[in-house]
Amino acid sequence: MRIEIDSERCIGSGQCAMTVPEVFDQDDLAGKVVLLDDRPDAAFDDPVHEAASRCPVGAIRAY
Amino acid sequence: MTTEPLPTARPTPFDPPVELAEYREHDPIRRMVYPDGHVGWLVTSHSLARKMLSDQRFSARSEFKRAPVARPSADPFFGAPALPGWLVDMDAPEHTRLRLQLAGKFTARRMKDMRPLLERIVDDQLTAMAEHGKPADLVSLFALPVPSLAICELLGVPYRDRAAFQRNSATLFSLEASAEEASRAMDELYGLMRELAKERDGNSAGLLSMLAADGTLDAEEIAGIGVLLLTAGHESTAGSLGLSTFTLLSHPDHLERLRSDPGLIDNAVEELLRYLTIFHFGVPRTPLQDVEFEGHLLRAGESITISLPAANRDPSWFADPDRLDFERKTAGHMAFGYGIHQCLGQNLVRMEMRVALPAIFRRFPGLALAVPPEEVPLKTNVSVYGVHELMVTW
Ligand code: HEM
Ligand code: SF4
Repeated sequence: MRIEIDSERCIGSGQCAMTVPEVFDQDDLAGKVVLLDDRPDAAFDDPVHEAASRCPVGAIRAY
Repeated sequence: MTTEPLPTARPTPFDPPVELAEYREHDPIRRMVYPDGHVGWLVTSHSLARKMLSDQRFSARSEFKRAPVARPSADPFFGAPALPGWLVDMDAPEHTRLRLQLAGKFTARRMKDMRPLLERIVDDQLTAMAEHGKPADLVSLFALPVPSLAICELLGVPYRDRAAFQRNSATLFSLEASAEEASRAMDELYGLMRELAKERDGNSAGLLSMLAADGTLDAEEIAGIGVLLLTAGHESTAGSLGLSTFTLLSHPDHLERLRSDPGLIDNAVEELLRYLTIFHFGVPRTPLQDVEFEGHLLRAGESITISLPAANRDPSWFADPDRLDFERKTAGHMAFGYGIHQCLGQNLVRMEMRVALPAIFRRFPGLALAVPPEEVPLKTNVSVYGVHELMVTW
């Protein structure tokens, strides 16, 4: 799986980092999403899709 | 089609008004009459709620907001421009600047790091409840003080000011309070916040001091943010804790399930947030120009109420939505809203509920209602739903 993030849209809700801290973090300055791994292991497929659907501004694309 | 007001009569303490389901099925966007006679709109489906809250043409500016349910006094927040720092009442780009400044202080990591502190707060309040003896009111002894203390810790509010904070915050949210009482409470909160902002030297770990040290916000914005976080975060989390406990006591099988599988707590919290949706009058938006939306012409200045409880019980998103199910997929629930204004404090709420709910039932394994369930007083006509009082024994 590959992940793309649109940090311009991100409003720092922290839903992604709360759901899959292994893959998403946030910076301390603006709370913007930081992608720790843009090609995570298949084991993370479900939680990453869940994080994408929790994002309130559609800033995460997983495919 | 007759124009109805927002329905508010609940069939049970845990379920939203039945009319909402009917509206959602037949006309998920329909006209709605406001207490002042204005005819605006009511949105009830999950898909339209999401669509509208993602669409920047619908403004969150407080000048255009209107109370969906009658209050004895005018709402101090509506009808006037946003107070400095009150990002909930602003649109981009003003909103964006404040939101990002704050989001860096509310990251998931920081909220998770608050766990030991939250455990201590919860533990102390449970001890106070045990010392009080049974029967006890779980709301005044636990559900109200826990989030208040958490937010005081977060903001860096010293102990000596905490009683005044709790009193004034309660007045602001009370439907019984007169306009003068509400505005006096607001003034007092601002006064206390300004004092705090002055005392800040940038050395303490409190949020207000961190914001002051960042140097990008002015003193009035920082004071406004302090008041906003306190009022947005106190009553709501208290309502959620009280009502969730009442729900668990009324659903013994769910409680048992949670006891036998403590790992279920994270999703159980999401499901309780969805199922109870305490922002039960929804969120307000207003188009600033005429907007074509789903075949309707929404005129500039018309008030829109987006019903979060209706969206959270939409069968097209949640299978069997009226069932409380700790194992369901909860992603996409709208208890915290959606779009750029989605709750800033949501991960603090999650941490508080994840710590508090299991701790209550660990400390008091035999916890039970001390009154018949129909005698639990409900906050039906207040914008944040919950229980006024929850008398328990153990
Ligand atoms: C169970 C508890 C809570 C619930 C259900 C809740 C719900 C909500 C909802 C629905 C919104 C969106 C409003 C809109 O779109 O117009 C919101 C926004 C907000 N909430 Fe919460 N909230 C809770 C607790 C908290 C806490 C603890 C804090 C702070 C510590 C907080 C701070 C805020 C702020 C600052 C906003 C405005 C964000 C923005 O405009 O970008 N909330 N909340
Ligand atoms: S869930 Fe979306 S808005 Fe929230 S931090 Fe992650 S990318 Fe940003």
